[in-house]
Formats: sequence, C-alpha cells, structure tokens
Amino acid sequence: MSTQDRGQPRRTDREADHDHDDQGIDEIAPTSSKDASELDADVDAILDEIDEVLEVNAEDFVKSFVQKGGQ
Amino acid sequence: MSVRRVMGIETEFGVSVPGQPHVNAMMTSTAVVTAYDGVAVGDRGGVSRWDYQEEHPLRDARGFDMSRAEADPSQLTDEEFALANLILTNGARLYVDHAHPEYSSPEVTTPWDAVLWDRAGQQIMAAAARAATATGPFPIRLYKNNTDNKGASYGCHENYLMRRSTAFSDIVRDLTPFFVTRQVFTGAGRVGKGQEAREPGFQISQRADFFEVEVGLETTLKRPIINTRDEPHADPERYRRLHVIVGDANMSEFATWLKMGTTSLVLSMIEDAAIGQNLALHDPVREIHLVSHDPSLRHQVLLADGRRMTAVQVQRLYWEAARDYVDQRVDVAADTATTDILDAWHGVLDDLEADRSDLDDRLDWVAKMRLLEGYRSRDGLDWNDARLALVDLQYSDIDDARGLALRLEAAGRLRRLTSDEQVRRAMAFPPDDTRAYFRGECLRRYSEAVAAASWDSVIFDIPGHEALQRVPTLEPGRGTRSHVESILDAAPTAEDLLDLLRAQ
Repeated sequence: MSTQDRGQPRRTDREADHDHDDQGIDEIAPTSSKDASELDADVDAILDEIDEVLEVNAEDFVKSFVQKGGQ
Repeated sequence: MSVRRVMGIETEFGVSVPGQPHVNAMMTSTAVVTAYDGVAVGDRGGVSRWDYQEEHPLRDARGFDMSRAEADPSQLTDEEFALANLILTNGARLYVDHAHPEYSSPEVTTPWDAVLWDRAGQQIMAAAARAATATGPFPIRLYKNNTDNKGASYGCHENYLMRRSTAFSDIVRDLTPFFVTRQVFTGAGRVGKGQEAREPGFQISQRADFFEVEVGLETTLKRPIINTRDEPHADPERYRRLHVIVGDANMSEFATWLKMGTTSLVLSMIEDAAIGQNLALHDPVREIHLVSHDPSLRHQVLLADGRRMTAVQVQRLYWEAARDYVDQRVDVAADTATTDILDAWHGVLDDLEADRSDLDDRLDWVAKMRLLEGYRSRDGLDWNDARLALVDLQYSDIDDARGLALRLEAAGRLRRLTSDEQVRRAMAFPPDDTRAYFRGECLRRYSEAVAAASWDSVIFDIPGHEALQRVPTLEPGRGTRSHVESILDAAPTAEDLLDLLRAQ
C-alpha cells in the first residue's frame, strides 16, 4: 500500500533489479579499506564517548539488575 | 508471494531501579504504563482500556457486523485498573505482562513498517519511564534486552499471520533450521554463557540459552524453538498466527528489519512448499546453543541427513531458495520491499564470511562485540569484569542519553532506517493498511465513547444505550484507511459511526 512512500531502508544496492548474480554484490559490501591503526583510533574514540555515560560502580549496578522471568 | 503479510512485534522491557533490586517490578511496570496515560495528550491522546474478555459471541462474524456485548462496563473498569492495560491511538497495546512493561505493536504489512512501529513503541516506553521517574519516588530504567544474566529471561515476540491450510508439521520442519541459524544476524550479543551466565565469554544471542525443547506451548519455562500457541485473533478457519518467541530484542533497526523480512519470506516459501530441500537438524536445541556460543562462526551444525555446515552456509541455502522463489513467483519490479530484503540478506551473509567487523553498523551482536573487544584491549579486562557486563546491559538502555546503542546510532555508527519525524508520527497514528487503522482512529476520534478494545474488536459505550456496542474486527486486512476513512470522516460522533456501520 502506501508504505513505499514512507521511505525505505537505506539502499546500498540496486533498486528493483532482480538479477541476483554475484557481480552485483560488490555494491552491497561495505568498503574495508581502513587499515588497522585507523580502526583502533576509531574504537578508542567510541570508548572515550562511552566512558562519559557509563554508569558508575559497574559491579553494584550489574548486581542490582534483577528481573523476574517473562515470556 | 513476498515479504508482505500481516505481522507485529511484542516486546517485554527489562525494568529496574538502580541500586534497588528489591523494588516490586509489578509496581514499577505499572507506574511506567500508567505514566504514559498522563503523557499521552493531544495528538497522542485517547488511550483506553483493553478488552481482554476473550468472548466472541459471533465467532464467524466478518468485518463490521454488529453485535451487543454482554459485559457490564463497571466490571471492565475494575479489571483495567488492576492490570494497567492501555490501547493507544497508534493501534498498539501498552500494558504490564508478568513483571515487565510490554508494548505490542499494531498490525503492519511490511518489515519496514514493523521497524517503524517497533521504534515508536521504544520511544513511547522511554517517554513513559521519564514521566514515571519525574512523578515517582525513584528513577526507573528500561532495557530492550532479554535477560538479567541471573537466570531470568523475557521476550521479544514476533507474530506472523499465516494461512491456516499450511500444515503445522511443515512449519516445524522447515522453520526450525532457519531459527537456529538466523541468530548470526538477529543476535543482540551477550556477555556470559548459560542461563545464569556462569561461564565467562561472549555469545551471539541474548535468548538462545533459554531454549530447551524443539516444539511446545510454553513461553515462560521449557521454552520451545517453535511455539504452538494457537490464538489467531482472527478467523481461525482461515488464519493461524505464528507466535515466534525465539528471537532477541534488537536495538538495531536494520537487524529488526532483516529479522522480520527474512522470516516472513521463509514463511511464504513454506506456505508455497518452495523450500525444496530438507535442512532438518539432528539436534536443534543443542545447535541453537552452540551456534550462539561461537562468534567466530566456524561451528558446523549437524543435519539429520549427516551433512555438516556452518550457520551461515545454512542461511545461504535458505537465501538461494528465496532468490529462486522470488524470481519465479513475484513481480519483482513492483515489490522493492522484497528485493531489498533479499539483497540485504545476501550482503550480510557475504560480510559474515568475509570481514564481519564491517557489520558493526548493522548487527547488534557485532556492534556490541566491537565495544567489548575495545574495552578488553584498551583496559586489559577479563570477560569476568563487571564493566563488560555493564556495557552489555547499558547497550540496551532505551534512554537517549545513556543507551550505548542509541549513542552509536546518534554518532552515525549504527544505521538508522527511520527518521525522528516518522517515529513521532507512528507514536500517535496507526498504520494505514490493517485493522489497526480502524482501532487507532476510533481511539483518536471517539476516545470518550470507546469503552474497551482488543485486536479483534472495538467496544463503544454510547450514552442512552444500556448495553455496550461491540464492533468485531476479525479480518486483519479490513478496517484499513481505504476501507473506513470516508465513514469515519462522515461520523462526527461514535453514535453516528455505529449508525453508518449498521447501514453498511
């Protein structure tokens, strides 16, 4: 119905092309050109961000997270 | 056929008061749900009580045939108050189930719509928790995860409407291997192995260790990979509602989208007997644990016929069958909802075999594992370290400021499929193309006259009428915008609406 108009997931591949042979797949695969040191620096930046919001006293916080079973 | 079918997602959220594990969870859950009643005003207004009477005086009624309910309105009021059970203008149900607040999305017809109304529910829960915290005695936090790592699990259930004519034994045979192996992209990641996380380490799925049998009716103990609950909330002669309890709650919109789309497509193939081969596993329960416990993805499952292959290879066989099925049967140009799923599924399987770290912008377990490995290498942490357990937990915190997945998403490191504006709208308005439209619009337009509602009915309390007026909505594909908008527009009051429906 109108769902197509509301927007689709971000496309990284071909529109409406139903030829699924291997040659089209390169467009889907994300680039992996980053070298190892770039990746490390990237992760470090993420961790620095997360350090700022991580709950204090991890041990007590995790211990006190007790749930009743559900479905 | 395609990925399109009537579907929905129900999510039980973890609920806690930091530092106070003994606060009654039923009470905090109720505080969250009732707080949303106060938040929901204006466009988001018109919440009402749920009709949990499972009476169907006219079982074989179709569409909008009228019937009179026998219930006394005061009884309904009492029950609603006790259970904190709301229906929202977007067609969803917000309530307390066991000791968790739960959001059950309205019925939708595409994987992308399932993502949108699931995300709307997450935002509704976040708003409700903020409201309950602001007015209550303590801060309440909600988590979209599936275990407390102390032995308790709670679910994120998928529902798919299927043809009743499909044999249940076919569903069990062809769906079980799919469910055991789909966790390579649906898994949300978990620190610790075993139901109580006694063994240190990382595994792919939050939920896998809690499955103990292949097929069964239970959902809270001895959980089965295939759940047999047969409660279609629709004409039982035409439909079955497949109630899927095996999945993880996903923070990644992409993972939710791929989970719903691939499963719906596999169900279409099962309905059309198009799987084409028997992929039955020798021991599905053991394999669902082993696949989850091996993030290297090298574990080979043992098939009943003696073959061994990795979970990704099993998924490839499903994907190939799906590609052939779609090529043969679908007008592909007309249905990008289906080809998008096929392409993304293929891309994910390729990346899982090539360089799975590329998937940290799409899959929860890969994104979470990357954070955990980062902490391990930067700070030299063991898998036993409480900070890693905290990263696992806080990944699923649904508060924008604290939730790690939400922080990754805001930083552009986790893909977003919806926009804030689309989500805001979906918090208030129902999907256009299922009976959820009628339900939600009745709540939005005539909330004072709606006494109760459920998946398959809306019940009105009209001044001057002694009995409640019940409008059955047994056909999920009716009551859509195209079916009923003109009737609703022509009816300024609920009484006008009932007169118009009676005249139909």
